[in-house]
Amino acid sequence: MVRVTLDNISKFFGKVRAVVDLNLEIDDGEFVAFLGPSGCGKTTTLLMVAGIYRPSRGRILFDNEDVTDLPPKDRNIGMVFQSYALYPHMSVYDNIAFPLKLKKEPQREIDKKVREIARLLRIDELLDRKPAQLSGGQKQRVALGRALVKEPDVLLLDEPLSNLDAQLRILMRAEIKRLQKELRITTIYVTHDQVEAMTMADRIAVMNKGRLQQYADPQTLYNKPANIFVASFIGSPPMNLIEGELEAPDDNSVFFVSSGIKLKLPNVPPNVAKDGQREVVLGVRPEDLQMVGPGDADKEETLEGSIYVVEPLGKEFLINVQVGDHVLKMLVPADGMPEAGQRIRIRPNFSKIHLFDKKSQKALL
Amino acid sequence: MAKKIRRWILPLLFLTPLFIMIGLAWVSPLALTVYLGFTDLSIRNFLAFIQDFFTDKVSLTLDNFRRIFTAEDPNIPLTLKVTVLYVVSVLAINAFYALVLSLAIAFFVRNEVLSMILRITWLLPRITPGIIYALMWIWFIDPRNGLLNDMLRLMGVPEDLLPDSWLLRTPYSQLLMIMINGYVGASFGMIVYTAAIKSIPTDLINASYVDGANEFQAARRVIIPLLKWPMLFVTAWQTLSLLSSYEYILMVWGAGSGQGYGIARSAGVMVWSLYSYSKAFAEYLYGYASALSLILVIIGIVLIVLYFKIFGFRRMMEPSKVEV
Repeated sequence: MVRVTLDNISKFFGKVRAVVDLNLEIDDGEFVAFLGPSGCGKTTTLLMVAGIYRPSRGRILFDNEDVTDLPPKDRNIGMVFQSYALYPHMSVYDNIAFPLKLKKEPQREIDKKVREIARLLRIDELLDRKPAQLSGGQKQRVALGRALVKEPDVLLLDEPLSNLDAQLRILMRAEIKRLQKELRITTIYVTHDQVEAMTMADRIAVMNKGRLQQYADPQTLYNKPANIFVASFIGSPPMNLIEGELEAPDDNSVFFVSSGIKLKLPNVPPNVAKDGQREVVLGVRPEDLQMVGPGDADKEETLEGSIYVVEPLGKEFLINVQVGDHVLKMLVPADGMPEAGQRIRIRPNFSKIHLFDKKSQKALL
Repeated sequence: MAKKIRRWILPLLFLTPLFIMIGLAWVSPLALTVYLGFTDLSIRNFLAFIQDFFTDKVSLTLDNFRRIFTAEDPNIPLTLKVTVLYVVSVLAINAFYALVLSLAIAFFVRNEVLSMILRITWLLPRITPGIIYALMWIWFIDPRNGLLNDMLRLMGVPEDLLPDSWLLRTPYSQLLMIMINGYVGASFGMIVYTAAIKSIPTDLINASYVDGANEFQAARRVIIPLLKWPMLFVTAWQTLSLLSSYEYILMVWGAGSGQGYGIARSAGVMVWSLYSYSKAFAEYLYGYASALSLILVIIGIVLIVLYFKIFGFRRMMEPSKVEV
């Protein structure tokens, strides 16, 4: 088990800047997810930690040892690939035993460890089979077994669940998390699925276009996104983001103005609206919008619109509301059946709204 | 029924030219070879023979085969020995050295440009017209004006090991035969192997590195086992093509002088197929030459069956030879 430090690493492929100046620290035994859309540099970063890519700049440390120039075989890492990458010509047993055979461990020791890990992952019935005879979920376990059998210091997982069906994915999600907590192996988990990252990881590094956007625990990412990218990427259904301007007509009130919308923001200090006016993006999560009756709230603190479409989700309704030129999504408890075209009044939960600077994209609150 | 026939008409129409080609260029020569192998056709009875073609007036005889199998023909034992030497050693180059070469080019050499240059170097003999290639070798090995002996001298090979003639002195001539054919043939295996190596998913190779393998271990334990089918294909193909190929030997050693055999026999490079060719087109013993060829065809068929047995024909016909 080690602490992994990425010290200002960059990776360039010709003119393509895959990863730029990434600084990250992963604590001993911590489960960290690299989250981002495809092409954001997360897998490149993982392959640098694995030693398959060499960083163009910067250093990688395991505890205090600089491993930047070490080949993969000298790093004691285990890795599960998105394609599983099981050796098709070897049986399950030989696949799992392969890392130990390369270490030249004694035959009896190898046999003991392979059977032990197979039992742990419940694949001991499959040891004689070839990878082609396995289902996706079984392949996944074998790949995990091969990564874990040599007791790695760092476990690297590259989208390991993306080839599984939805049900199995939920099952394996919990199982991998339990396994990681049990074995206390420092783990890096690459995914583009925010639900996976949120449910499994201790901390999440959100990446976009080769740059780190935010590195925090799941709750902080959700409640305090550092910029527009994180805000839009985390959460399902996604956060409503409305471009507009801040106006501060006097010293104690701030209004958000956009085409067809004028909303008083009681919780926003007027100094945020520098010079009385500022281009911003307002963010409200669908669950932070609620319907209010005509006399229930200060009219300036509400928005009026008409229901555009209703998507029943069982427990809740996801309502698309047309307000001015914008369509906002709101989640409401599923009682009654709102109808399309109905006029409603909605009020944001002002303690949970987000404001971002349009130019720098950074959070203002 | 009519529907069934109609469904076959179009494919048949497209396949007909192919069938005609196979019939003309492959089936009929084979039938002729079988037929002629049992006759005594030669330049002496040629005219009479073609008038009696395929009638009872032609006397069928096992005489040709008797002469071959009882070694009544004094050239047979040496020809057989040279053929085995030729096929086995050139096959070793074409199938196994080509594998080493492909691993070097497609796996160990990371630089795409360098890899491309190396590939083209090995392809040069194949894209050069055969006769030019043969001529270049003849110039290259000339003991007085050629480069080869000088190069060997520079590398420190002692003078008494250098032959006065690469063409005539055995075993140098046989070594030359192997080099000339091996250099051309290796590119075939190289093309097949490099394509197969490039089609192995990088994840698989990366996985072996993560599992603790160095490059040699990755090549030996992951890449080579995955090349089983390409290896079988190249070996089978090259065996058959080597059994019947003599063109470079013919071009370098000639077939004109020396009682119609060129200098191939005295140089110890007379392979079976060249011997058959010489019998037919230098001595004009068509019947005997056909019998020699027929034996080659039978050896070829036996080897194909053997390869299929060893590697499992049905499994070879399954899709995806490089499994992912």
